Amino acid sequence: MTWLRRLYFLTVALFLAAPLIVVAGVSVNEKQDLTFPPKGFSLSWYAQIFTDPEWRAALIHSLTLAVCSAALAVAIALPLAWFLWRRIAPWTNIFRVLGLAPFILPPVITALGFLSFWATLGLFGQFFTAIVSHAIFFVTLPLVTLSLGFASIDRSLVEAAATMGADDRTVARTVVLPLILPYLVSGYAFAFVLSLNEYIVAYMTIGFTTETLPIKIFNALRYGYTPTMASVSVFFVAVAAVVFGLIAAFGDIRKLLGAMSSER
Amino acid sequence: MRREPPRSAADYAPLAFPALMLIVFFVVPFSTMVAVSFFKRDPAGFYKPDFVIDNYERFLSAFFGEVLGFSLMLAVGVAVCCVVIAFPFTYLLTRRPRRVQILWLVGLMSVLSLSEVIIGFSWSTLLSRTAGITNLLVAVGLMDQPVALLPSLGAVLTGMVYQALPYTILVLYPALVRLDPTLTEAARTLGASPVRAFLNVVVPALRNTIVATLIMVFVFALGSYLLPQILGRPQQWTLSVLITDQAIYQSNMPFAAAMAVFLVLISLALVGLTLLVGRRENAA
Repeated sequence: MTWLRRLYFLTVALFLAAPLIVVAGVSVNEKQDLTFPPKGFSLSWYAQIFTDPEWRAALIHSLTLAVCSAALAVAIALPLAWFLWRRIAPWTNIFRVLGLAPFILPPVITALGFLSFWATLGLFGQFFTAIVSHAIFFVTLPLVTLSLGFASIDRSLVEAAATMGADDRTVARTVVLPLILPYLVSGYAFAFVLSLNEYIVAYMTIGFTTETLPIKIFNALRYGYTPTMASVSVFFVAVAAVVFGLIAAFGDIRKLLGAMSSER
Repeated sequence: MRREPPRSAADYAPLAFPALMLIVFFVVPFSTMVAVSFFKRDPAGFYKPDFVIDNYERFLSAFFGEVLGFSLMLAVGVAVCCVVIAFPFTYLLTRRPRRVQILWLVGLMSVLSLSEVIIGFSWSTLLSRTAGITNLLVAVGLMDQPVALLPSLGAVLTGMVYQALPYTILVLYPALVRLDPTLTEAARTLGASPVRAFLNVVVPALRNTIVATLIMVFVFALGSYLLPQILGRPQQWTLSVLITDQAIYQSNMPFAAAMAVFLVLISLALVGLTLLVGRRENAA
């Protein structure tokens, strides 16, 4: 039984890792062609992400977009999650649904909504439209993590603080905020990583004027493959693994994913 | 600070910014798209305001019917493959030590967060002639020379299962973690083999979860917009690919919008069905 389970786990792991292994192999080719196993060894394709002006510009666009849109997403989700936790107002749950909707619907639809909206306003192609669009598209992630965070606060802590004479503002700053900070950080991190990887919304808002890394990779696909695309892909996997690894190290990733009860 | 109803307008203040943002940048764009689906195409620009149902009438063509049928069948295929692979896997994973679980979850989320562009590129490399998996088979002597395995339906299906598998596992994970371990213990004590206990106890106990997951993965797969384009032939393009194609390359926003509205209706109906299944499970 044990060896059967090991084989099963190994097969799934291999399936998930196989394309990434090949891409990692391809990315260290010495010459500009995609062969696997790689011929020679060179990290120059990684250096090219930072030295080639086009790739570097795409990297900077992607990072700017991810940093700003994740911050805006948290700025939208935090007061909303706070209000839904603090107040009893059933009709306001409509905003929870609105916050979850962009993530549940097929992404093409949200992207097309933004395209028609920005085109109608005549703002199509401006960089800030992508920031706003991504913030709305990914607001679900901080909203879910923050709602979980608020739900996990023991209300007697808050009441104790209030009994000792703290007003709402003090309670929020000294009791609630420290307790939800890990959830805020992980919500930001989720939105950041996904924004970095997002293609279709970015393409339909600023695709004709600006290249983010995923857009650049897709455009490059049409003109033939280069090892730089492989090195950028490896870079993306590494960023995601580091961010989620940090969340797992400093927070409770199983709780974030919904394993609330169960053994400690 | 107990939970209490808002007493004054000032109590609603925290709601102002999120509500404004969500209405202006989600409800309004969405409504714009619905409106555009009734507009007329303007070859010079985007569209002309009008009220026509031509865009919806085009659905009635045989071509569109084929694309829709193919998209639905492909999504069903992906959902079934993913749940069949993921359900036993997730069950076994929840029985592993905490550290092993966390390691897997981090890996799964890293793969899930990957852009469709990168997944498409990785699989097209893995299935290609020069760098692909067939080189490995040649090296061990199973094949004479490397071949390209794409574009093909198999490549599209593989890529989409790859994309949806981490999602499936993460959707199943909470339900399986909460599953009462005494259920299987009882079955084992009564003499059932582990496989039998799994098939006769765990699977029926989570029947509704499985159905809900199938639907969620189906909707997820329906949204795949690049993989059929990168890994498949034009006849394997799905509704999502056609929407992108019409909007960007054919500059026919109204028709793209009409198809998108149609896709929303299908997705909403299915999400509603998931909620209904979930509610019945809670009631039971």
